Amino acid sequence: MNQTRFLNVILALYVACIFAFIFAPILFSLVFSFNSQRFPTIPLGDFTTEWYAKIFADPDVWVAARNSLTVSVCTSIVATFLGFCTAYSDFRYNFRFKGPYLALILLPPTIPLIIMALAMLAWLSKLGLSGHLWSIILAHSVLTAPFAMAIIRLRLNQMDPDLESAAWNLGGSEWKAMRHVIIPFCMPSIVSALCLTAAVSFDEFAVSWFVSGLNKTVPVVILEIVQGNIDPQVNAIGTFVFLTSMTLVILAQVFFISRQVKSHS
Amino acid sequence: MKRKFDLYAMTWRLPIIFWQFLFFVGPLLFMVAISFFVVKNYRMMEAFEFVNWQKMFSKGYFWDSYWYTIFIAGVSTTVAMILAFPASFTLAFRASDNLRRWAIFLLIIPFFTSYLVRTFSWYVILAESGVLNAMLAYLGLGPFKMLNTHFGTVVGYLTLTLPLVVILQTVTMASVDKTLIEAARNLGCKPLATIWRVVLPLSKTGFIVAALFCFILSFGDFVAPFYLGGSQEPTLPILILDTTKSGQQWPRAAVVAIVMMATLFTIAFAAIALAYRKGGAK
Repeated sequence: MNQTRFLNVILALYVACIFAFIFAPILFSLVFSFNSQRFPTIPLGDFTTEWYAKIFADPDVWVAARNSLTVSVCTSIVATFLGFCTAYSDFRYNFRFKGPYLALILLPPTIPLIIMALAMLAWLSKLGLSGHLWSIILAHSVLTAPFAMAIIRLRLNQMDPDLESAAWNLGGSEWKAMRHVIIPFCMPSIVSALCLTAAVSFDEFAVSWFVSGLNKTVPVVILEIVQGNIDPQVNAIGTFVFLTSMTLVILAQVFFISRQVKSHS
Repeated sequence: MKRKFDLYAMTWRLPIIFWQFLFFVGPLLFMVAISFFVVKNYRMMEAFEFVNWQKMFSKGYFWDSYWYTIFIAGVSTTVAMILAFPASFTLAFRASDNLRRWAIFLLIIPFFTSYLVRTFSWYVILAESGVLNAMLAYLGLGPFKMLNTHFGTVVGYLTLTLPLVVILQTVTMASVDKTLIEAARNLGCKPLATIWRVVLPLSKTGFIVAALFCFILSFGDFVAPFYLGGSQEPTLPILILDTTKSGQQWPRAAVVAIVMMATLFTIAFAAIALAYRKGGAK
């Protein structure tokens, strides 16, 4: 069975290569952010925190960071609310046009962002809503709500539908059952959805760039720096973006897992 | 039973309908409308004329761009599906459940890291005097021109799509009934023939979905062809970008966007029909 062993080693190496390709840009960006060369190559230059010092001293970056934070927090709240409503409607009710209803919320991520960006820009300018920070929030809530819907719907799948009717039988109104049974049951997935939609919104650049006017978010600042020339500041900003997104994703995952542990006990 | 207005049910059902019509259906329909508007003195005027459609369809560069975008997105989809297959196969059949779960968790990470930063990173890696050429120089090779080529564009697309394709292929193949594979082997089917005649037909739907997503993502991306491909041959998204941002020609950009949507819908329907076609596979 030496041949099988050999084959397994080759396949494992191949998987490693694919992962290397996928993670190379992330790792290199991290390394370059501490590298003194303006145009990084091998051998690497000296260790430096120059690029970090630069972005910390740049007021534009601070403004963008605050804008991004505002946008992703507000987006996550709106999107999670919409996602929850849809997930609950889908879980609890059967109604006419349910198919189109679900399509309405689930379709946005399949449409190329550049097209959404153009359509949003034209429509929001027509309504007089473009060029503000909250223009981005409106657009992002549509783009990210499906993710919230999916996570919360998965959680509701694990709920015994009798739980809700038991609450009604015990004299609770539908509203009370929602407050005391459904929402507590969904809480981990709601927090998870908040984190995930915030992370998606935090990284989105095409729509933000089109509709935000002069209110730049972090990805838009990156886009503009990259358009200019090679500037390792991008790597330093990228490291922060990466850390923020990763924190959110890991938090989402933690809540996802804590949910499973609880439901097993 | 005739029911009167159920406030509780509607509280959960109506917000999203209202919201999505206002900020999803509305924008898309309005985009169709503005494709018939006219631009005079840099101002968009409401009208119903086919002038934008005629203008765009009569331009050679529009069709060049159209076919190039389909071609390069198709190439990237093919490359992604082929490159991902051995890795997904290994993860699906030769890895423990635990390892596979970790691998999938790792593959989700790139979705939440800035695609722009990753593209910029590739820009530096692939540059004439960049990291990759420096490494190749130690081997006495190169330098190769990798930026501003089709190769650069495809690397960018793969950065975006490869993790997704590996995940979808792995999940699809991992759910194939293992006993069927053993049965095929016991009946004397060779390993490669087993893949071709058992594993692939059983994973058809998942694979088509993976390819479709890969195509949609590549087709609609402007970052890779712009920064890594040098946009010498502009793809449709770059065309939209240029006409919107520099020319103020929103109506013409809308024409390009509608053509893109129509193309994607056609391809998606064809793919779904193919995925659920009866016979052959079963």
